[in-house]
Amino acid sequence: MIRIAFMALVVLLAGPAIAQVADVYEFDSRAQEQRYQNLIAELRCPKCQNQNIADSNAPISKDMRAEVYRMMKDGASNEAIVEALVARFGEFVRYKPEFDSRTFLLWATPALAVLGGLLVVTVVVVRSRRDGPDAPALSKEEKARVDEMLAGGDQDRPS
Amino acid sequence: MKRFLLFLPLLVAVVIGVVLFAGIGKDPTKLESALVGKPVPEFRLRDLHNPDAMLDQSLFRGEVTLLNVWGTWCPACRDEHDDLMWLAEEKGVAIIGLNYKDNREDALVWLDRLGDPYRKTIYDPKGTLGFDLGVYGAPETFVIDADGVVRYRHVGVINETVWEQTLLPVINDVRGNG
Repeated sequence: MIRIAFMALVVLLAGPAIAQVADVYEFDSRAQEQRYQNLIAELRCPKCQNQNIADSNAPISKDMRAEVYRMMKDGASNEAIVEALVARFGEFVRYKPEFDSRTFLLWATPALAVLGGLLVVTVVVVRSRRDGPDAPALSKEEKARVDEMLAGGDQDRPS
Repeated sequence: MKRFLLFLPLLVAVVIGVVLFAGIGKDPTKLESALVGKPVPEFRLRDLHNPDAMLDQSLFRGEVTLLNVWGTWCPACRDEHDDLMWLAEEKGVAIIGLNYKDNREDALVWLDRLGDPYRKTIYDPKGTLGFDLGVYGAPETFVIDADGVVRYRHVGVINETVWEQTLLPVINDVRGNG
């Protein structure tokens, strides 16, 4: 009985541990709060390599969340808020980098891969169409070489 | 043509290999400062030693300075303190301290006990200047030229090797151009 009571106590006490990232900020509306959540979800914590500032407990993330909140209250646009943080911490904090010459490959790789795949498929299809279903599998020269190999004349000099 | 196609996978593998190899050995926790090439952000903060005196960005005019971000809560700052003393005393480097998210009493005890390598120390208990500088951990050290423009940021401790291989070349470069 004591053990069960103890377990229940432990489970109850564990609640705050899960809720530790939640700052107490007040918003005028649900939309505002949603906007804040979206913003902090796409900003990256500079201290912790691969975590957004919404998830991070690092002191710097706390400061960044406070700044996002402060700028939102001052009526800044999303772009202005992100720009203000990029100006301090660099492009690193953007989880969605701008499209420019440096990030061109990053954004274009999926499209290039799809185009490359389409190109390969097209070439294969066009070739098989051009040759037709009745085309012989081997050209004349190839057939001659195969015959020579099968006859055993090629054994001593692998090509 | 067929021959060439056979070598295509090898070629692709080599290109990817070269690209990935270039990333080996780089420390991803060290970011280049977004402030390089920009002036030190405007600030008005109190002097650590003299609570009545206000300091601002004009502190960085006139000579090349190091701005060292530190706090008594930061173990690595303790590590580099002796090297900062060495830089200030032996090399005559002008170092400005930024006491970051700390409290005055602890900071003064620290400087009293370990020595004070700083020409001036800015007291920034809320970390506002640190935030504007993009400080994401201490210690960090900025090289600032005579016009008050940030030229380089070093993340992590300073020691003799870092000084000779990283900071001194940057400072010489800045002095040469300035």
